[in-house]
Formats: sequence, C-alpha cells, structure tokens
Amino acid sequence: MAEQEEQETPQRFTFGTVGFDARFPNTNQTKHCFQSYIDYHRCINAKGEDFVPCKQFWHAFQSLCPSEWVERWDEQRDNGNFPVDL
Amino acid sequence: MLFLNQIMNDAPSSWGLYFQDGASPSYVGITHLNDYLMFYLTFVFIGVIYGIIKTAYQYNSSTYPISNKYATHGSIVEFVWTLIPALVLILVALPSFKLLYLLDEVQKPSMTVKCLGRQWYWSYELNDFVTDENEAIAFDSYMVPEEDLEEGTLRQLEVDNRLVLPIDTNIRLILSSGDVIHSWAVPSLGIKCDCIPGRLNQVSLKIDREGVFYGQCSELCGVLHASMPIVVQGVSLEDFLAWLEENS
Repeated sequence: MAEQEEQETPQRFTFGTVGFDARFPNTNQTKHCFQSYIDYHRCINAKGEDFVPCKQFWHAFQSLCPSEWVERWDEQRDNGNFPVDL
Repeated sequence: MLFLNQIMNDAPSSWGLYFQDGASPSYVGITHLNDYLMFYLTFVFIGVIYGIIKTAYQYNSSTYPISNKYATHGSIVEFVWTLIPALVLILVALPSFKLLYLLDEVQKPSMTVKCLGRQWYWSYELNDFVTDENEAIAFDSYMVPEEDLEEGTLRQLEVDNRLVLPIDTNIRLILSSGDVIHSWAVPSLGIKCDCIPGRLNQVSLKIDREGVFYGQCSELCGVLHASMPIVVQGVSLEDFLAWLEENS
C-alpha cells in the first residue's frame, strides 16, 4: 500500500502484502487464495461493503490469486454458479 | 573470447559446467551443499574405483587361478560395506534436509509477485500496490526473436518486458500456469519451481545485488518450450519505485 507525503518532505513508501498464514504453511497456496476470496465475500455479505476490516481479505486474494481466477469466480457469483455458499 | 561474461555470470554460457554466479541466499545454500557433497563424493569415488581396479587386477584368472569353492559369504566385510555407505548417507542427508526446509521457509515477505506460465510466454502480476487511483500492474514477457536482437544481447534469453524487482527485499513468488505445466527457473537466484495449472506454488526470493538474471522455462510445454525465457532485473529501491510509477 503506497503512502506518499507532500513534495517538501521525503516520500515514504510502505511495502505490505499477505503475511504468513499458519493454516497454509507449505508451498501450495491455492487454498490460501481461495479461502481469502471466500472470506472477503462472506465478510461483506455479513457486514456490508464499507466494513473496513473486510479489506484485509480483499488485499489477500488480490495479492495471491491470479486475476483470471478472480474474474472467473466473479462471473460464477454473478451467474449463481459459485460452488461455495457465501 | 573465452571469457564473455567476465563480470558476473548470470546467464548460461557455452560449455558452462559449474553454477552461474549467485544473487540470493537460496543460491548460496545450494552451492554450499553441492560443494560439500562433491568433496566427500570424490573420496567415495576414488575409493570405489580403487577397489574395483585392484580386485580386477589382483584376482583375475591368470594371476589367481585357484579360488575357494566354499566361500559363499563374508559376514564381516558385508557388514562393513553396508555400514559405511549408511553413514555416508546420513552425512549427506543432514545438510540436505536442512537446506530443503530452509528453502521452504517464506521469510515475512514484503511483496508478492505472481508469475503465470503460458504457451509460450510469461505473465507477471503485481497486485500489492492497487489503490483506488491506480490499477494492478500486469504485463506479458515474450522472448525477443533472433532477428530483433540488438548487438551483444543474448540469443534465446532476452525478453521484451523484464520482471523488475527491488534488491534486499523479501519477495514471495506465486507461480502458476494458464494452460500446461511450465517451470519458473532462474539459476542465479537458486529458484526452480513448477507452474501447474489450478495450483499456486509459493517460493521465497531475496535478491542480494543489482543485476540482470536470466532463466528458462524448465518443464516441457510444447513446441516453443525453449523460447520462453525469464529475465529478472534486480534494481535499487528508488529505481523500483520509479518503475512502479511508470507502470501503474
């Protein structure tokens, strides 16, 4: 997430990405990506789209999941075909 | 002419037998293990070859025509030649497993990069920096064909869009594929990992120095399997931020 201050002061940049998740400690992160996607949508369905803590799941699946997977799942949700109950 | 890559050998060279030069902790681990094993392997090799040749010369039928009809086994020698290899294997396994698990560790990454193998090019996505103002960075990386190469650039290795990454930063690579199995390999960084469709493989990367590191697809994936190279450019943090600005 980029944070930039005014031109007068030195610019700051913060690196931030998904941290280590003990549920997925090994090389295979497929479930990590899928679970983050599910958790985000369950979170916004339960708490509303403006609920800020849901953003954490959004960042997780944005970082981990290939965009074509996300697009396919979004399409499935729109069509009512998504395999998991959200 | 023999010493083309005189500064740092980060690309394959003709008749190269040993590793390329390294730029990551994974590489250091791998080469140290290799050198350690090669040392003991030399002793074992010399010992075994000596044993074979000595036996063949000393006990051949012309110099040693009489043999013991009732010699069926030798317990002591069998015990010794089982025990010693077992000990050698333990000596080999201990550092090997240590390295194996160390390579598996993902060290608090600061950044995540997705590398997707396709037939026959790579797609890279950097989604950590997505905000409301900018989009995710995503680009394809095709090999530069020979007719478009500039003087002095590397055949079958150069690409149009390099993967630019900051040095001294813990990076998590997420590897996958859009079609068939590929493999993302950059020897200088000590990384090789299969890219399997429907699966996300995570590897850890930390580039120790600035430079341009070349690699090639390492899993047969069709006709142009040899023509989908990988180029990682390690740059300072300032240059990386400038590259981000340019591309987002």
